[in-house]
Amino acid sequence: MLSVQNTDTPVTFSPELISKFADVVSRYPVGKQKSALLPILHLVQAEYGWVSAPAMDKVAEYLDIQPIEVYEVASFYTMYFLKPQGKYMLEVCRTGPCEIVGASKILNHVEKALGVKEGDVTPDGLFSWRGVECLAACGFGPVLQIGPEYTFYENLTTESVDKLISDLKGKANN
Amino acid sequence: MARKILLEHINVPGINTFDVYRSKGGYAAVEKALKTLSPDDVVEEVKKSGLRGRGGAGFPTGMKWSFLAKPEGVARYLVCNADESEPGTFKDRYLMTYIPHLLIEGMIVASYALGAKTSYIYVRGEMMPQIRILEKAIAEAKNKGFLGKNILGTGYDLELYVQPGGGAYICGEETALLESLEGKRGNPRIKPPFPAIAGLYGCPTVVNNVESIAAVVPIINEGGDEYAKIGIGRSTGTKLISAGGNLRKPGVYEIDLGLPVEEFLYSDEYCGGIANGKRLKAVVAGGSSVPILPANLFMKTVNNEPRLMSYESLADGGFVSGTMMGSGGFIAYDEDQCIVRNTWNFARFYHHESCGQCSPCREGTGWMEKVLHRLEYGHGKMSDMDLLVDVSKKIEGNTICPLGDAAAWPVASAIRHFRDEFEWHVTHPHEATTRNFGIAHYADPLPKLEEAGS
Repeated sequence: MLSVQNTDTPVTFSPELISKFADVVSRYPVGKQKSALLPILHLVQAEYGWVSAPAMDKVAEYLDIQPIEVYEVASFYTMYFLKPQGKYMLEVCRTGPCEIVGASKILNHVEKALGVKEGDVTPDGLFSWRGVECLAACGFGPVLQIGPEYTFYENLTTESVDKLISDLKGKANN
Repeated sequence: MARKILLEHINVPGINTFDVYRSKGGYAAVEKALKTLSPDDVVEEVKKSGLRGRGGAGFPTGMKWSFLAKPEGVARYLVCNADESEPGTFKDRYLMTYIPHLLIEGMIVASYALGAKTSYIYVRGEMMPQIRILEKAIAEAKNKGFLGKNILGTGYDLELYVQPGGGAYICGEETALLESLEGKRGNPRIKPPFPAIAGLYGCPTVVNNVESIAAVVPIINEGGDEYAKIGIGRSTGTKLISAGGNLRKPGVYEIDLGLPVEEFLYSDEYCGGIANGKRLKAVVAGGSSVPILPANLFMKTVNNEPRLMSYESLADGGFVSGTMMGSGGFIAYDEDQCIVRNTWNFARFYHHESCGQCSPCREGTGWMEKVLHRLEYGHGKMSDMDLLVDVSKKIEGNTICPLGDAAAWPVASAIRHFRDEFEWHVTHPHEATTRNFGIAHYADPLPKLEEAGS
């Protein structure tokens, strides 16, 4: 079920963002601008950190499609966040090949290190985390990636996860 | 030492840039194809090569291309399937990361052969670094006159774009991918019509895997006949195998099809044996969707011949004692691994990734996950195994796309080959819950190569 927050917050896309939208739309034949929907939702999420209902309405308006067409896409794919997340989203692969080389241990450690449950945001607003399905790096597990840039980390240990979190905290404070 | 065709220059510093790739003979296939071959000639070379789709289905690529409808005045499209998400498979990410121009060169040659003026590389959304790498490489190629209007003065125009997905395994299925590329949910389409007749925007479309398109480059450079000399039988050419799990040297390897599985597993040129001196218990040879095999069955065919890394040899014995090449996602399990837990993990994956369009898959994958979860956590019943087999049979073949089969086969094959381990979970609920396993009798009965004096 589609669940969104802050539905009263108005959204105005910047001219720079609109320009990026136009570049994406130019990749498809005339009249097929709906193809731009997934890339545009990525751009919106990169700008705001998540995809709100007013933002989706604006995207629908821009692409000249119905809002429901945007909602059904945003809620189908796992990459779009329909509620605010931490500045850094730690996504730990939990599927077969990573699992047999220690993904569960890494998932438990991330939860302990951040002190919040899966899907929640740390009080400082910096971190969220979740287990995700196969990240296609099965030979180098356990692996995690960090949004919004989707930087990738392989062969994780609890120590390397601690350092990663500490480095991100340092980066955020500078 | 096996030859490398796709990965020949993978370790050359800067091979991800146009200039270094070009200095190593890159884009020669584009020059040859566009300047000396007709589109039909290119299709013919690919047919002669015997190349089979490297994404998992193994359908002959040249034949797929020749099915493409060519009505006048209607656009045709080539779409590269770079939505790599099959557990165990990570070869395409590797190729796009380190040698992106190989894919771009293949896209230009293949687009020319198919008469496409616009082509798309649909990349799994999570692979943002690879998307950035490809976009940079496309800009370089365009700047050098290999993309855009009038490529190399031949009159051929091609625009190539990267399309990010949104995070959905199902979009690796070609019609779901096309739906997604059209800006919709990734719900697979009923076939027919096949994409070759009505694909992207209802136009004739070919969807090929990254590795298949990359393989077009050496096929054009060397000729289809030369490519067909590599390999064995109908398994021609080289194949990228992504090897993970409990291996001493996991990674992406390019093998000649027909390599003995024992050599692949144990020689230092490839996986180097099982990690930490353990014995091999089981193998998933082609990505999570193919049947799992115990080590002893994996090593030998039904005729007691050494099994080979080829489409035919891996499938020898059918679903009773064989498996499939699939995507080349190779997962090795050592003697300490729990098959029940692994099967539950895969069932959870397929339940999570089912698009929900077909009831047998939507409901069945969740049902299997629940039953496997209770088995794994010590609450199972002896009747659960028959229930799982029954449910898997009701999913298999009863869905629009192959995700249903992909969800059913790992469960059915695990119970077929490891039933006593499932029963052990029922009879030893406490040990199962505390991860104390007493089963290791599927360990590899074969000696390591060096011990055998090879």
